[in-house]
Amino acid sequence: MTPLLSVQSITKRYGPHVGCADVTFDLFPGEVIGIVGESGSGKSTLLNCMAGHLVPDTGKVVFDTRTDGPRDTIAMSEPERRMLSRTDWAFVHQHARDGLRMGVSAGGNVGERLMAVGERHYGDIRNKATDWLARVEIDETRIDDRPTTFSGGMQQRLQIARNLVTGPRLVFMDEPTGGLDVSVQARLLDLLRGLVRDMGLSAIIVTHDLAVVRLLADRLMVMKSGRVVEAGLTDQVLDDPQHAYSQLLVSSVLQV
Amino acid sequence: MNAYNFAYLDEQTKRMIRRAILKGLAIPGYQVPFASREMPMPYGWGTGGVQVSAAILTPEDSFKVIDQGADDTTNAVSIRTFFERTAGVETTTKTSEASVIQTRHRIPEDPLIEGQILVYQVPIPEPLRFLEPRESETRKMHSLEEYGLMHVKLYEDISRHGHIATAYAYPVKVEGQYVMDPSPIPKFDNPKLGDMAAIQLFGAGREQRIYALPPYTNVVSLDFEDHPFEASKADHPCGLCGAIDSYLDEVIIDDAGGRMFVCSDTDYCENRQAAGHKGKDAA
Amino acid sequence: MIELNNVSKTFTLHNQGSAVIEVLSNVSLSVAPGECVALTGASGAGKSTLMRMIYGNYLTQKGEICIDGIDLVQAAPREVIALRRDVLGYVSQFLRVVPRVPTLEVVAEPLRAVGVSASEAEARAKVLLTQLNIPERLWSLSPTTFSGGEQQRVNIARGFAHQYPALLLDEPTASLDRTNREVVLCLIEEAKTRGAAIIGIFHDEAARDRICDREIDVTAFTPGIAA
Repeated sequence: MTPLLSVQSITKRYGPHVGCADVTFDLFPGEVIGIVGESGSGKSTLLNCMAGHLVPDTGKVVFDTRTDGPRDTIAMSEPERRMLSRTDWAFVHQHARDGLRMGVSAGGNVGERLMAVGERHYGDIRNKATDWLARVEIDETRIDDRPTTFSGGMQQRLQIARNLVTGPRLVFMDEPTGGLDVSVQARLLDLLRGLVRDMGLSAIIVTHDLAVVRLLADRLMVMKSGRVVEAGLTDQVLDDPQHAYSQLLVSSVLQV
Repeated sequence: MNAYNFAYLDEQTKRMIRRAILKGLAIPGYQVPFASREMPMPYGWGTGGVQVSAAILTPEDSFKVIDQGADDTTNAVSIRTFFERTAGVETTTKTSEASVIQTRHRIPEDPLIEGQILVYQVPIPEPLRFLEPRESETRKMHSLEEYGLMHVKLYEDISRHGHIATAYAYPVKVEGQYVMDPSPIPKFDNPKLGDMAAIQLFGAGREQRIYALPPYTNVVSLDFEDHPFEASKADHPCGLCGAIDSYLDEVIIDDAGGRMFVCSDTDYCENRQAAGHKGKDAA
Repeated sequence: MIELNNVSKTFTLHNQGSAVIEVLSNVSLSVAPGECVALTGASGAGKSTLMRMIYGNYLTQKGEICIDGIDLVQAAPREVIALRRDVLGYVSQFLRVVPRVPTLEVVAEPLRAVGVSASEAEARAKVLLTQLNIPERLWSLSPTTFSGGEQQRVNIARGFAHQYPALLLDEPTASLDRTNREVVLCLIEEAKTRGAAIIGIFHDEAARDRICDREIDVTAFTPGIAA
């Protein structure tokens, strides 16, 4: 089986400081992998390197493209990579306003990716937008409202709809539930889990919330000081952590 | 007027601008940066168009300036006078007699012919600007032909108004490549942009950009399959010359809501009247 | 179906002076299809630990744990995931679900995961929930708000939704009343009849005697206790 994404020896330095070092893993179709670690552990750097937002110093990010099979996305031309990031890839930002156009209506936000890949039928675009708003539980009467009038949870769901409308195969998520209150988080997690299952998505989720990865991720990587110190099945890493840091991380979670 | 170089600008500047124009002609629709000079008029009064005109005028040229189609409004009169005094070129109000026409927000009704040059004054050259404020990003979007955003603007129009309400500065795609802002001409004029026999040059002074359409360039107005582009105008004949095919200005004539519609292209209207055409409001 | 060869487990507590605790050593056992084996031994003997190792939840340091021919100790995470989805079921004592998901979906999910259609999965879930006496008015609610006994039954329904060829049961009859206990025992018997290999922990001796073909005393593998 060909991995959907094969990350090979990714290293990114900021001057003398190590962002992330020598990270290698494979992600298979339909798998969700979580990356946890404290602030500054390099998980966001790694995510940005994989998603093409940062250029790593060394390493490869090989993606199994629809047309040409496995390709190193770092060596790809920029147009190709950007095309990938608006078709087969999606990126969900922690802050919805980073991933949305706040001056454009909800429908326009969802429709943008469709128009970007060449859809030119207003009626079709609008129908798809309506459908996606329903899927992320936003009332369709809000389709012409701007995201500025939405609550934080709605904005985050709108961002997800906007990202998934073109049927991507790989979703990068940066703290998708961060900054939302707990009840909204649960709703979002449920939604994400359903979408991941129904669309057969693969996802890479960066978070510091262990509860999020337990519910969403099949596999888990624990990062510390830019390095992966432990990786494995999510429940195995959480219930039987092997590395000192993982043990500390797991035992530090407050029990409710 | 020997105190000024011909057409106000020094020769070095004109050469620099001509290089930008040539590059623009070579890459239709591409915005070429240029070192815009301070001109003796405020930004927004056509500093870009004036610099382009200054760079291309020759002593033999016949120069016409229109402002919203009219030869006799402040902006048109002052720019015409400016070049009369700094270049000593012949000026005219007749479209057919002009070799260079500087325009603010209109294309003359009469088809232009080979050998003529139309110079547009452009306030904001970047069609993506209101959707994406970062210049670095819009340049990248142009170079990668990522124009989905442009349709988002049209989408927003339809969702809000039921139809594409953008009535001027209606975005076009040039030779299937660059999306271009045609300057704030009414969309009625958009069909004239394409396949035009004359050279079209666009100058944005404040934004320091020049772009161009060489003769007979393919220019397509963006639209949706189910909301096709329409070149609209007020549904009236001209009150003075009776023309039904020209772009009209609405003129309020009294305090009782009385109004009349007249050709915005004054030269066109006068020619028709001289030929004996008469509208219902003609004296 | 389930085969363990010389399996050992130690915990290293890095944050408590790197204490190394040897929990189990040299466990060997095998469970055939249609067989039910009970793990016994005093509290702390390592029954649950062994169960969790067999599920891949705890990492095994030494030995082989083969389920349906796949060695869990060596397998890549995705192989373990596939194994858990298709072959190996686990009914734990605690229900762990995403808040807000309706009970019916929670129960239907294992079937959805193996590709059963939504309507079919739901139908099966309804049958199980009815059997286990979860009132229909609760089906659309999230089980997170249910009583302990109800949660336990939802958990069992979920564990039996897909007909796993191998099943691990951790105290399936604990905190159940007589009627529901009977239902669960019947479910286990059915699973046996269709050929599932089952390993269970039952404190309920009567249940153990009725269901299990063999008992394995985990104390025998516990260093320091057996010695």
